[in-house]
Amino acid sequence: MNTELIGIIATFLLTLIIAIPLGKYLAKVFAGEKVWTDFLKPLETGIYKLSGINVKEQMNWKQQLKALLTINILWLVYGFFVLVFQDKLPFNPDGNSGMTPDLAFNTIISFVANCNLQHYSGESGVSYLTQQFVLMFLQFVSAATGIAAAVVLFKAFRDKTTTQLGNFWEFFVRSITRLLLPLSIVVALILTFNGTPASYEGKDQFISVQGDTVHVSRGPAAQMIAIKHLGTNGGGYFGANSAHPFENPSYFTNMVEMIAQTIIPLAMIIAFGYFIRRKKLAWTIFGVMTIGLFMLMIPTLTSELGGNPALAKMGIAQTTGAMEGKEVRFGPAATAYWSTLTTVISTGSVNGMHDSTMPLTGLWQLLAMMINAFYGGCGVGLLNYFIYLIIAVFISGLMVGRTPEFLGHKVEAREIKIAAIITLLSPFLILAGTAIASYVFTNHGGAAWAVQPKNWLNNPGFHGFSEMLYEVTSSNANNGSGFEGLGDNNVFWNVLTGIIIFLGRFLPIIGPVAIAGLLGAKKFIPESAGTLKTDTKTFALMTFAVIMVLNALSYFPALALGPLAEYFTQLR
Amino acid sequence: MKNYIIQSIRLTLVLIVLLCILYPIGIALAGKLSKGNGGGEKITKNGKVVGYALLGQSFTKPEYFWGRPSAVAYNAAGSAGSNKGPSNPDYLKDVSNRIDTLLKYNPGLKKSEIPADMVTASGSGLDPNISEQGAKIQIERVAKARKLDEKKVKELVAMNTLKPFLGLFGPSSVNVLKLNLALDSL
Repeated sequence: MNTELIGIIATFLLTLIIAIPLGKYLAKVFAGEKVWTDFLKPLETGIYKLSGINVKEQMNWKQQLKALLTINILWLVYGFFVLVFQDKLPFNPDGNSGMTPDLAFNTIISFVANCNLQHYSGESGVSYLTQQFVLMFLQFVSAATGIAAAVVLFKAFRDKTTTQLGNFWEFFVRSITRLLLPLSIVVALILTFNGTPASYEGKDQFISVQGDTVHVSRGPAAQMIAIKHLGTNGGGYFGANSAHPFENPSYFTNMVEMIAQTIIPLAMIIAFGYFIRRKKLAWTIFGVMTIGLFMLMIPTLTSELGGNPALAKMGIAQTTGAMEGKEVRFGPAATAYWSTLTTVISTGSVNGMHDSTMPLTGLWQLLAMMINAFYGGCGVGLLNYFIYLIIAVFISGLMVGRTPEFLGHKVEAREIKIAAIITLLSPFLILAGTAIASYVFTNHGGAAWAVQPKNWLNNPGFHGFSEMLYEVTSSNANNGSGFEGLGDNNVFWNVLTGIIIFLGRFLPIIGPVAIAGLLGAKKFIPESAGTLKTDTKTFALMTFAVIMVLNALSYFPALALGPLAEYFTQLR
Repeated sequence: MKNYIIQSIRLTLVLIVLLCILYPIGIALAGKLSKGNGGGEKITKNGKVVGYALLGQSFTKPEYFWGRPSAVAYNAAGSAGSNKGPSNPDYLKDVSNRIDTLLKYNPGLKKSEIPADMVTASGSGLDPNISEQGAKIQIERVAKARKLDEKKVKELVAMNTLKPFLGLFGPSSVNVLKLNLALDSL
């Protein structure tokens, strides 16, 4: 077996070795049990005191959501103004200009929503102040928001019947002090000592060996790259994201970054099981998600390692696989592995350009984002999966003719309605968004925007359609990666994707938390012989089938027009 | 509700101090101890900075090993891939031209020996490396242009080849800048 495949297998195993104990630790942290990081308690008490927060105050699910939305809206307002006026604010050594209002609208929603779709380039589009005080700040707090929302759901199922779901601020702050910040320090130090810049020096200039004058963008990148992965954000410091040699200097750092983006989503599943004292359920969920991951990853590996058939026709050697848009130090296997991870997990960082991957790879990337629940983003992955679980419980209930129950609570019309709306939201946003974009592209090619619609696409034909489909899908999934050939910095794409990201973030948080809150308040029904068990292999299969059927039915036509059509034309 | 607004503002301010000032400055200070003092490791030749160890640069002369095609012409003030799709006819024409250029400057080279990385643009446009095969096919040309023994050049390539991480994980690669500087210092 070659070293490239051994590399990704080792990465996956290391991820598990770190994530499983981390999950057990998180369950204890959020349950308030003793853990070794309790020496940080004074720091937390200080934060609460300075913020005027009383963490003893218990919240119900509506109060939880109110607190969550209030602070998120505050960040939107704060960030928007910094982005627009960054040229007038200090800490801008490269003299980059302020953002247009539509770009600022898009960027701020994108970062508050943990999406990190970037319609600017880090080197020329933002100041150091923006990078650290807005973008990196939001990478921490948006991840913590997702984790805290998931913990609210944990709380609802821990006790038999309860409306007291703990304190949102406490979950939120602890996500940062006990998890995101300590891990970020470790990862940032690893990156710094492997070559990633971390200092505040501005642009550098040198004369190359052949005599060209070269300018080099630098800055405090290591700090941001650590949290961009741990928090499943994905927004890079430099334009080329983790393909940039400064963001990702070596194969070793590539392994570190791949592990960093996977451990928290994985740990959250384990934490869920330990927190509600149903370990078997957690392992069942983990099993379904992991099988899903492999079903997307294995064909991705085959299609990338197989190389580009069009280049094969020219007669060159593609022994290592397709190399367009990839870096030699990672090779195609690690790039393919990354592309699957970053799309199932909603990180959206890239170490190779997705626009240049093979047509079928594009298909798997799109499908991964459409499902958006195989591991999924920090906290929100589990929330998305929870919706699938509720739908699966409902359908199984109908099949066996019993009132559906989940963990001892009756699932009734109200909960199902919410779950159904959330399930329908993704296809609606993705398909309607792509349809509008295609319509504008074909009928209003000359519209006087920063990038005219007729110049949007970097590639003709089916691949061009995929570029638009990918952009909208990535926005809805809060993923943030792109088929970056798309000319997306103009008022149309900025506003369209801004709205989609916003809806695609907050409704899928509100829905599951509401369902959990409603269920948790209901009378607890003890398990009996007639209970539908949710931690069995049969039910796991049922959930998997529900996920597959829902997504296949929703998206097959769109996928057929994009990557599938391109694939079949290549076969000719 | 009003309570939440005030708490949100205060908490945001406290977290900005912790996450945007203390954390990044701490890392930056620790970075001073790293190889490039946290500003990226520089490479010097005769006391002058001629590049960054991690950043590729443009080599076009026959006496130097060439790097990969770059969508940003190795301008490190930006970074990007070509974002060309695999079936794009313009892109396929570019690749075909690159193959012809390589064949022209490397007499005796067979098409089937050209590795994909030498005719495709990297993801960052700043890829500092080429594959071992990518270096191998250029040895004859470089040796001829410098009037060196091919064996000597081959040795230098071997010395500048980075093996897989720990000898186990990932591909091997050749750092073009370091290899070319080693040639210049012969």
